[in-house]
Amino acid sequence: MTIFNLKINKKEYQVDVDPSTPVLWVLRDHLDLMGTKFGCGMAQCGACTIHLDGKAVRSCITFVDSVGDKEITTIEGLSENGEHPVQKAWLEHDVPQCGYCQSGQIMSAVALLNENPNPSDEEIETAMNGNICRCGTYTRIKAAIKTAVNS
Amino acid sequence: MTLVKTTYNRRSFFKTSLAAGGGLLIGFNWLASACTSDTPKGLVIPDEWFDVNAYLKIGENGLVTILSPNPEIGQNVKTSMPMIVAEELNVDWKNVIVEQAPLNTKKYTRQLAGGSDSIRTTWTALRTAGASACYMLKKAAADAWSVPVEEVTTELGVIHHKGSGKKAGYGEFASAAAAVPVPEEVELKDLKDFRIVGNSQKNVDGLGIVTGKPLFGLDYKVDGMLTAMIVHPPAFGMTLKSFDASDVKTMPGIKDVFALKVYNDDYARQWCDTSSFTELVAIVGNSTWEVMTAKLMLTVEWEPFTEQKFSAAGWGGNTQDVTVPGGLESTTEHKKKMIAEAAKSARVVRKDGNPEEAFKKAAKVIERTYTAPFLAHSPMEPMNFFADVKEDSAVLVGPIQSPEYMAKTVADRLGFPLEKVEVQMTRMGGGFGRRLYGHFMVEVALISQKMKAPVKLVYSREDEMTAGIYRPMYHAIYRAALDADNKLTAFHVKMGGIPESALHANRFPAGALDNYLAESWSVESNISVGAMRAPASNFNAAAEQSFLDELAEEMGVDPIQFRLDLLKRAQENPVGENNDYDAARYAGVLELVREKSGWDTDSQGKHRGVSAYFCHRSYVAQVLDIVMENGEPKVDHVYNAVDCGIVVNPDAAVNMTEGSVVDGIGTAMYGELTFNNGEPEQNNFDGYRLIRHAEAPRKIDVAFVENEIHPTGLGEPPYPPVMAALANALYKATGTRYYHQPFIKNTFEV
Repeated sequence: MTIFNLKINKKEYQVDVDPSTPVLWVLRDHLDLMGTKFGCGMAQCGACTIHLDGKAVRSCITFVDSVGDKEITTIEGLSENGEHPVQKAWLEHDVPQCGYCQSGQIMSAVALLNENPNPSDEEIETAMNGNICRCGTYTRIKAAIKTAVNS
Repeated sequence: MTLVKTTYNRRSFFKTSLAAGGGLLIGFNWLASACTSDTPKGLVIPDEWFDVNAYLKIGENGLVTILSPNPEIGQNVKTSMPMIVAEELNVDWKNVIVEQAPLNTKKYTRQLAGGSDSIRTTWTALRTAGASACYMLKKAAADAWSVPVEEVTTELGVIHHKGSGKKAGYGEFASAAAAVPVPEEVELKDLKDFRIVGNSQKNVDGLGIVTGKPLFGLDYKVDGMLTAMIVHPPAFGMTLKSFDASDVKTMPGIKDVFALKVYNDDYARQWCDTSSFTELVAIVGNSTWEVMTAKLMLTVEWEPFTEQKFSAAGWGGNTQDVTVPGGLESTTEHKKKMIAEAAKSARVVRKDGNPEEAFKKAAKVIERTYTAPFLAHSPMEPMNFFADVKEDSAVLVGPIQSPEYMAKTVADRLGFPLEKVEVQMTRMGGGFGRRLYGHFMVEVALISQKMKAPVKLVYSREDEMTAGIYRPMYHAIYRAALDADNKLTAFHVKMGGIPESALHANRFPAGALDNYLAESWSVESNISVGAMRAPASNFNAAAEQSFLDELAEEMGVDPIQFRLDLLKRAQENPVGENNDYDAARYAGVLELVREKSGWDTDSQGKHRGVSAYFCHRSYVAQVLDIVMENGEPKVDHVYNAVDCGIVVNPDAAVNMTEGSVVDGIGTAMYGELTFNNGEPEQNNFDGYRLIRHAEAPRKIDVAFVENEIHPTGLGEPPYPPVMAALANALYKATGTRYYHQPFIKNTFEV
């Protein structure tokens, strides 16, 4: 076990875990930040998407000892009460069905818009293609991203 | 207005304080946030709640909590069921909080997510609950004001008496209303007076979802909780021989490793007790990653079995012996068996007229073969459940579609009376039928009992994808006889599957044809199967509606008109008596999609496919447009016409239809699970392909038939037909007919 100091959602956390522990399980099991979801464990579904210094990464394959002093942002860190423009757009379009993949979808969308504030349809599809929605809310997700662009 | 008899018993006056019942609302425990909807902004939580009936409680300030009885799987019932109660209660939706009800078979009926039946089967009960509470409020006010109850009216949470000018909010009379005897009969609203039902309301968990609140089973946690995983055989046809846990037990955070037997030998399994592997190894530890790591180090020996026997209890209570064959099966062998079996004559399920004679006399016979592979449900949230089993009672919390049935299995296995097993339902991260089969509840209960601690069982994606309970593998041969005038004279379907057939012998086009033959066959297997979204229909529609398209082309008629002509026959002069469908409603959706897609006016230059299907008491017709881009087909636009009766929450119904369309396209294009030596060859999303963003249609339109028919299913009906709409459009775009799923392969070669 090793002690790691992590900066998550602008707060400091200390955890004592095995260095090989994926950030996903540090967040969920050790810090009770349950918004980041477990879907596949091999970076194939995007449900566990978080930001490392603003860039979207899959937390299921990001080991805690690789984080260093990079800032982690999770869905809980986007806003207090869903005021982030992307979250608001999601609510406006009432995107979720089961909802399980949506925090990962939102984190990917936010990272996309941070880099590219006005993406084309094709750029949205490329950026979002790693996030599976088993319920098939893709058309709504795309519409919500466009709404967020315009807000 | 409609007068209905109320069905629940009088409950004694009962109030819950903030600390007891209302405590759930302020979210200090995990279950609270998992079960209660977003609290509307600016609302003050009441100090006291008054239970008016099993479905609702009213606070002294007029805030209403409506309990949603059925499991929420993404089908929106946690929003739409309370909407129905609120409608008849005549309350402002803004003043409603929704809470997930726990399993309670005394208070609620059919707490099940399946068969697209949640709304249909509870429609009247939910309306009655709201209407009787509304009456009790009026009665309480009428008594207090000394006026006849008939003169008292309600308007969005306010009680009025016109004559005296008296007026009060629901909250003022909540306490008194709770003491009013439940009326024996209540009047239900006229549909034209609906103001909540039929108007889109946002998902009550929307804010919780987009802010990452712990709503799902996997998010559930209590102090002192351990985490468990199971190891099951790597192949169907194998069972546990031995294991060596000596190294694993000393690994960091690992508490115990032991063998687990899911069912007792003398147990008669219920329908929901499908379980491929009943001898497991459980690993229990402090945290998920520690258990996952230890699991990789575990040495387990498996051995093939010759056969397995158990008894299964049927719906009627009869038990029968089931034998699971041994052997390590492979997809190549499955295909060979299917080809061999389909060449034989099979069990005749329906025969109208003299099809043999008509085929003999035919000027032309068209015969086509359609196939579809095994599929894994793959909901995004892997299987999981929480259990805290004490000496003589158990609490289980998690995502389950069939809580009522699984509670019985768990109670039986633990040896507890049923009332000692409490089940709470969390929001489910999808299910698609997979969560009807709750073996994981039994597993976690046994683990908790052994550990004498609260435990959450977590399946990895691989554990889940290789654990069985798949959509069966299907095969169908369709034949049609045409006379010298190119008229259809006979129709024959021979449908089979491993391990079961998908035949629906009494569905369209049965009833529209003088000479009709439907046969069915199956091949036994040790690969377990279960209901997946629109069971059987999810193959039937794809095959049948593709065949009809090819038939229409062969006959030189428009594919929509071809179907409408058959439906006209079925309506005016049906053949046989057991036809499942209503031909007029079936034709209605075809007419509507023809209009909405501009089929007659706007098809020039488009690669369009049409399809229509009836299942789960609803009707869906679809037109799908493909555009060719860089030589590749791309689904551009899908038009849907849906008849599911009264639409409770229109935007959510649109969402459900959009999702079904995307899911159907994904299934038909990419879905495939194959086997080698009994082992599934795909175990995660790198090998098992689900549809992704770039492959979804650009635009999906949904139009509903407006009628006053009580609501029927919607979670499943739009899913099956789109596969054929896709196949038919692909043909137009590429010149190739798509007979074999997944369409990216389009082959059944051995």
